[in-house]
Amino acid sequence: MAVLPTEYGLLLAALLFALGLLGVLVRRNIIFMLMSVEIMLNAAGLAFIVAGARWGQADGQIMFILILTLAAAEVAVGLALILQMYHRLATLDADAVSGMRG
Amino acid sequence: MEAAFYIAAAVAVFATLMVITRLNAVHALLYLIVSLLAVAVIFFVLGAPFAAALEVIIYAGAIVVLFIFVVMLLNLGEAAVAQERSWLNPRLWAGPALLSLILLIELAYLMLAGPEEVVTSTTPTGPKEVGIVLFGPYLLAVELAAMLLLAALVGAYHLAQRDERDGGL
Amino acid sequence: MMLDLLWLVPALPLAGFLVLVLGRGSLPRPVVAAVGVGSVGVAALIALLVAIAFLSAPPPGSAYTQVLWTWVDVGGFAPQAALYLDPLSLVMMLVITIVGFLIHLYSSEFMADDEGYGRFFAYMNLFVAAMLVLVLADDLLFLYLGWEGVGLCSYLLIGFWYRDPANGYAARKAFVVTRVGDTALIIGLFLLFATLGTLDIQELMQRAEQQWPPASGFAVAAAALLLGGALGKSAQLPLQTWLPDAMAGPTPVSALIHAATMVTAGVYLIARTHVLFELAPIVQSAVAIIGALTLLLAGFSALAQSDIKRILAYSTISQIGYMFLALGAGAWSAAIFHFMTHAFFKALLFLAAGAVILSLHHEHDIFRMGGLKERLPVVYWSFLIGSASLASLPLVTAGFYSKEMILWETWASGSAGGVLWAAGLIGAFITAVYIFRAVFIVFFGEAKTAIGHRPGYVMIVPLVVLSVFSVIGGFVELPPSLGHVPLFSELLAPSLPRDLAPEPAAGAQLVLLLVTSAVSLLGIYVAYRRFLQDARPFEAAAGAPAATTLQRLWFEGWGFDRLYDRLFVRPFMRTAQANRNDVVDAFYEGVALANRSLHHLLSWTQTGRVRWYAAGIAAGAAGVVALAVYG
Repeated sequence: MAVLPTEYGLLLAALLFALGLLGVLVRRNIIFMLMSVEIMLNAAGLAFIVAGARWGQADGQIMFILILTLAAAEVAVGLALILQMYHRLATLDADAVSGMRG
Repeated sequence: MEAAFYIAAAVAVFATLMVITRLNAVHALLYLIVSLLAVAVIFFVLGAPFAAALEVIIYAGAIVVLFIFVVMLLNLGEAAVAQERSWLNPRLWAGPALLSLILLIELAYLMLAGPEEVVTSTTPTGPKEVGIVLFGPYLLAVELAAMLLLAALVGAYHLAQRDERDGGL
Repeated sequence: MMLDLLWLVPALPLAGFLVLVLGRGSLPRPVVAAVGVGSVGVAALIALLVAIAFLSAPPPGSAYTQVLWTWVDVGGFAPQAALYLDPLSLVMMLVITIVGFLIHLYSSEFMADDEGYGRFFAYMNLFVAAMLVLVLADDLLFLYLGWEGVGLCSYLLIGFWYRDPANGYAARKAFVVTRVGDTALIIGLFLLFATLGTLDIQELMQRAEQQWPPASGFAVAAAALLLGGALGKSAQLPLQTWLPDAMAGPTPVSALIHAATMVTAGVYLIARTHVLFELAPIVQSAVAIIGALTLLLAGFSALAQSDIKRILAYSTISQIGYMFLALGAGAWSAAIFHFMTHAFFKALLFLAAGAVILSLHHEHDIFRMGGLKERLPVVYWSFLIGSASLASLPLVTAGFYSKEMILWETWASGSAGGVLWAAGLIGAFITAVYIFRAVFIVFFGEAKTAIGHRPGYVMIVPLVVLSVFSVIGGFVELPPSLGHVPLFSELLAPSLPRDLAPEPAAGAQLVLLLVTSAVSLLGIYVAYRRFLQDARPFEAAAGAPAATTLQRLWFEGWGFDRLYDRLFVRPFMRTAQANRNDVVDAFYEGVALANRSLHHLLSWTQTGRVRWYAAGIAAGAAGVVALAVYG
């Protein structure tokens, strides 16, 4: 029987999202960047759950499931790419893959 | 019950902060697990037990484990930690922190601007309700998600291949 | 009705042109000649029939209009392509077609060895068609079409032997100089249309008379602009520099275009729009003054030339100066009379000169000719008759009557009549001198070059016909003191105003006639003494330094070419050189440059680093949300 203002939940989600964004922008190691992206996705999911709980419907959880699926797929592909990158360039520096420069 | 929410929220925020500031990849991942577990608790408090379970099983249990696998595979070691230390100097945090702060403030403003809302968790929305809605109106979404996973599977397999020949993936 | 055939007169040469253009290169020579000469010949025949019909049963108002079609119909501006036949255009049409036919006939033999035979007749036919359009046009726009057409054909025919760049240069020079006049003419047309609302000539004359008081600004401006156009086409001061160089074209071209017809288009224009000139006495005086100056200038220049065609070219400029003098003095029909006789004897002179040139293997220098009197008798007599007519040998030549008419009507016109008459008289003297100089040097003395081609019948017949005309052509208008037969001026009375308000006494006229006769005979005598009796005609007086400078000045046509070169050509070339890289282009280059610079600047933002792009996305998101919040 919890009574919780929805804003607090959303605020938490926003805070986590901002922290994740911070991580993406600051970290140079690509694995950490990917981790930070996961944090952001998680925060988005949290926001959906909060919204779903507010209306008392299952739709929020459904969205969360889909986000989860997306995150899983993305991590799989992303890590495969990281492996490939490490294999070719022997580094995990995100700035090393700046071939699109100019 | 609200206390559980606030405590879990604090833990989540702290753990996330730890994740983004650690030098060792494995440490960061462990903190990530903590953060995810805290969020799972919040889900439970909000009346979404199924989501909480999924969070633990899939997110913390599969995705982060995948991360750990890859990190172990890369066998980073002390050199990597030193490199991280060199890459992370405090001055670097100023700009991005500002940007994130601005975004956070804007989002907060948007969220607090509306009328006061309340959330109740009288009836936790269990797996049964979720299942009915999932395979009802959201059937298409399920199929698409399945296809997405298939694509990810094939893509990951293909992209991670080591080609003995020169160039070309 | 016979008059309905009027449209055939310009149409036949045009058809001839089209046939020759389409069949060029594949038609055999006899066919080309038949088409080229025949089209003008049939046109001449029809012109004669039309003339007979017109004269025997004149239509009301002595004017016949035949509408061909309507050009455009735009916002009230609906010019029609119509042919207008009145005595003035009748005379012009007859002269153009008859003299044109004779010249075409002549050139069928003259140009026989040329590889551009078909091209030549095509251009000549087009020219005749355009000239006929010019004189038969109902409104000034249609006239301008003919005007431009003859300018084009003049260019094409002067530069006929295009392989020699000098000919191309002469053609371009002719075109550019006449263009200056044409520009003035078109501006004049704009002015007339803008102020009077029509370009139909008769309408125009009526409205001008009604709406413009004498010596009003519009009348002066319009008349001056039309005069500018006339000066260009008729090679008068200051636009006379192109005609001597135009002699680079074949001789029949010089005969037809630059003696008999095109260069008289200016005279025709002024006569046609005489109302405007009468409304602007200043401009009319200018016409007379320009005529007088030109006839003297050109006369002196003709004295110093050694190329037979250049002598005749300067002579043409001079004689047209006489026509302008007549127009300016108000002697309208005298000017047209002189046009007619001039067409006869000048064409005759050119054709005879052409026969000489052809028989001496394209030799133009008179000092390398000589002794042709016995060896080319027909040519000699033709040239002699033509020269006599030009020098206005008393009583027996057409030129005498027309020049006499101009001179005594100039004397009897306004206040400056005396001065102008004196100029005309001096001009007559010089004319006699220079033309008989040519006669004596070319045909007398010892032969310096051997004869090659002798002119055949096809060349001789036109010479003979034109000789006859040069003699009897003047008898249609006898002055009061010699019987007073005003056939010609009576004919032109419906079209042109009366020459003189009160006719001066027959006695004064007789005195003037005797003076003119004396002057021309004196000129012939001087030439005889100087160039025939004297052993070395040219070098004798040339020893004196002053004479040499004067002679050189006259040879160069009073230095006008050099003046124009300094004044116009060189500054223009210098400006063109300075603008080599095209100042205006710099603007467009600048646009491209600015584009490239901007691109270069923006490409700095493409660092290739993921975090940088992520930051971009975040900043963008922050911006958009801010917009949503505060917008």
